Amino acid sequence: MSLSKDELAARVAADIAPGSYVNLGIGQPTAVADHLTREQGVVLHTENGMLGMGPLAHGAEIDPDLTNAGKQPVTELPGAAYFHHADSFAMMRGGHLDVCVLGAFQVSVRGDLANWHTGAPDAIPAVGGAMDLAIGAKQVFVMMTLLAKDGTPKLVRECTYPLTGLGCVTRVYSDLAVIDVGPGGASVVEAFGVDSEELGALLHLDL
Amino acid sequence: MSAVLCDDVDEAVAGIQDGSTVLVSGFGMAGMPVDLIDALIRQGARDLTVVSNNAGNGDTGLAALLAEGRVRKVICSFPRQSDSWVFDRLYREGRVELEVVPQGTLAERMRAAGAGIGAFYCPTGVGTPLAEGKETREIDGRTYVLELPLAGDVALIGAHRADRIGNLVYRRTARNFGPVMATAATTVVVQVREVVEVGALDPEAVVTPSIYVDRVVVA
Repeated sequence: MSLSKDELAARVAADIAPGSYVNLGIGQPTAVADHLTREQGVVLHTENGMLGMGPLAHGAEIDPDLTNAGKQPVTELPGAAYFHHADSFAMMRGGHLDVCVLGAFQVSVRGDLANWHTGAPDAIPAVGGAMDLAIGAKQVFVMMTLLAKDGTPKLVRECTYPLTGLGCVTRVYSDLAVIDVGPGGASVVEAFGVDSEELGALLHLDL
Repeated sequence: MSAVLCDDVDEAVAGIQDGSTVLVSGFGMAGMPVDLIDALIRQGARDLTVVSNNAGNGDTGLAALLAEGRVRKVICSFPRQSDSWVFDRLYREGRVELEVVPQGTLAERMRAAGAGIGAFYCPTGVGTPLAEGKETREIDGRTYVLELPLAGDVALIGAHRADRIGNLVYRRTARNFGPVMATAATTVVVQVREVVEVGALDPEAVVTPSIYVDRVVVA
């Protein structure tokens, strides 16, 4: 059986090593936080200047001075730290984050990432911190459906959308399979309800 | 010179020239100096280049300045948001220029300007459309893009608390771009919630030292 979004988020969370410093991108990756356990001791980084970010704030907890990268009100955990933007991105670019989890339009078998711009002529380009995260973290996980809504593969030989980073993705977590990508190409780590041959046929790739 | 404590926000933004580059702190509305921007709208400077992470939210602050047609160009990392309808409309009508910069590169370019760095090699954006036309260099087997400093004529900053000579502390994630922008502009104007006497801020806790700050106003 293919994985639901929630099962996929749990699968990613289970792969994050205890004590890791982790940045979860906007959108689907945010759900990974719900599956991290206290015993894992994972510290969440948010690009707008905080380590030790807690869950979303509700009611009286809401403080306009405390938001996540998606500008939603959040909470702080014991041991939290605040810092300015140049420091926050030095943490990324300097290779200090253990893991970041991002969404994607496309990932290539060598780990190129396209997740910021569809390239459509009327689209307003907006990159945010995507390029900094992509090239900075020690491990870059992508969470996405393996196929687009129209059935075209999102894991591809070469990205056709404008790139976010070259050779930066280490592992793809999808509804149908977990797949490692990199200089050696794509290799299936685990498949959900399909075998490698069926995956290869869906993706037009040799896996 | 130590900072001048202004009586009101209109005094704080006096003298901003047409054609200025204005650095505006904030990440969404957190740390956004809304009262200073409202004063800048009244002050009347036009043909501005605005450097900020976003290009305005809703109809207030930066969005209101844009709606008044006072901004020629926006340099930011993330203009498109669910509530950026003012910028979206002006951009689609060709009435505002846009330079998109990766968020960390935006911060580091201002840090470089404030720190006297002439340019820096940055790994972000290599091989992407945002590096097109830029000089690249391989250092120890990794490719970098040359990025230039980004300075402002004016910085408008929202902080939490100042003392009377301009030492600043911020609050939680509202700190964001404030400390970097405070180093990178000729005239630095800060709105705070409270001004305290000299000596009342813990020197170990000061985030922006007073040397960077020119004008302070409570708003």
